[in-house]
Amino acid sequence: MIHFENVGLRYGMGPEVLRDLTFDIPKGSFQFLTGPSGAGKTTLMRLLFMSLKPTRGLIRMFGRDIAVIPGEELPLLRRRIGIVFQDFRLLDHMTTYENVALPLRVRGKDEASYRSDVIELLKWVGLGERINVLPPVLSGGEKQRVAIARALIDQPEVLLADEPTGNVDPPMARRLLNLFTELNRLGTAVVIATHDLTLMDRVDARRMILTGGRLDIHD
Amino acid sequence: MTERATNQNRSKRRADPKRDRLVSLRPMAPIVPPVNVSGRALMVVIAIMSFLCALTLGAVTMVQEKAEAWQSDVSREITIQIKPDDGLEMETALSEARTIALSFPGTLSADIVDRAATSRLLEPWLGEGFDMDELPVPRLVIVTIDETAPPDFAAIRQKLAEAVPAAVLDDHRAWANRLISMARITVLIGVGILTLMFATTMLTVIFATRGVMAGNRHIVEVLHFVGAETSFIGAEFQKRFLLIGLKGAAAGGSVAALGFLLLAAWQSNSMATALNDQVTALFGRFTLSGAGYFGIVGIVILISAMTAVTTRLTVIRTIREIDRQRADPSLAEIG
Repeated sequence: MIHFENVGLRYGMGPEVLRDLTFDIPKGSFQFLTGPSGAGKTTLMRLLFMSLKPTRGLIRMFGRDIAVIPGEELPLLRRRIGIVFQDFRLLDHMTTYENVALPLRVRGKDEASYRSDVIELLKWVGLGERINVLPPVLSGGEKQRVAIARALIDQPEVLLADEPTGNVDPPMARRLLNLFTELNRLGTAVVIATHDLTLMDRVDARRMILTGGRLDIHD
Repeated sequence: MTERATNQNRSKRRADPKRDRLVSLRPMAPIVPPVNVSGRALMVVIAIMSFLCALTLGAVTMVQEKAEAWQSDVSREITIQIKPDDGLEMETALSEARTIALSFPGTLSADIVDRAATSRLLEPWLGEGFDMDELPVPRLVIVTIDETAPPDFAAIRQKLAEAVPAAVLDDHRAWANRLISMARITVLIGVGILTLMFATTMLTVIFATRGVMAGNRHIVEVLHFVGAETSFIGAEFQKRFLLIGLKGAAAGGSVAALGFLLLAAWQSNSMATALNDQVTALFGRFTLSGAGYFGIVGIVILISAMTAVTTRLTVIRTIREIDRQRADPSLAEIG
């Protein structure tokens, strides 16, 4: 589904922050992306989300070479990917419900067709009582769950989550992990960038370890 | 991707209307937030610039119409002047000159300026109650002509010279030429000022809109990343900013139009007062024609459209920047 081949990336004239990355993200797979701070996890997540282009190498997303995809087709391709940003990127003038419904709304869907799904998903992530609350009033953990719900609402083929448990307590982190594994059982490929070793120990999944810009994969 | 079990569960739940009734939701918030502080500031900027633009347009329209009226008044009339002379029977000469003028095709009417009117004309110089018989005061016949088919002035002159040698025909051509030149220069200056004003307004509106849009960049980014197409994002922002532009421009334009209406009403209701006379002498009459008001409506539409178009272009530019950062990682934040 996603294929990286000898991918390298440098910022400006600086050294390569990612070097010779070659890997696949198969359909329905589950993997953790880990490594020390500054190793390039977020950069790799951005490459996976097509918000960066590599300086060398080949990336194929859903069978297409991203180097030749026209800009106007990117939003359509991104609709197949759910992303949880490290900084959540919620819209402050919209309630929890409206933020989660946003991806469906921009696809032109009628509210009546997704209302139940959004409410159900919010209850599933433990925000059933916070449906009408605006993001500035939410705690960090609640914002994180809203961001996760927004990424999941359209049942993406791939879920990318950058430190999704960074702002929640251990019980909530376990709950979110269960949510990801359940989603994965339903067929979504999951990539979680995290530092949290305890979290990684809870699931028997592939580990992609970034060190000094190079990737080691432990299946 | 395989069909999911959750779809079935969700369908079942969707079919149960009691579940939804338990959760009350507010009406969906607009994708672009309603007017905030910077949006209100933009609205005020647009209102002020529209007001100034409408005021300038109104003033230029008035000057142009006034100039056209002068030009038309002067070219619509010619004057026969009869100087007193020994042995000249003034009233007979006036009557004869009037008859000669009317005998030519192209003259519509001819009126003798009577003694009382002549006295009033000379009052500013000679004061009240002077005896016209003591002074060699020339008398006038004012002839109204058809502007589109004027009479043959040379033939009138010749006939007057034969019948009333003391009569002189003045076709006001020298005055008309001067007034036409002055009117053209005045209108040209007005159009120049109006052009500068329009350019300033457009630039101000463009930069103010772009400034406000900079504060909305995060919304454009989020929409872009959740899969919204450029046209969708552009249309959402355009709708919001068109409304801001319309409200601001309509407010500015309305105040200017109302100002012209009030001034015209004040001038009509306070005629023959010292203040009114002074104001009228300095600025003329403030009556704005239908074309002037139509122009103000045009300004409102133009400025609103400019705000909306600038917004759409700014959205497109922002998305291009995001994509440029994608293509050139050195422009993006290091992660």
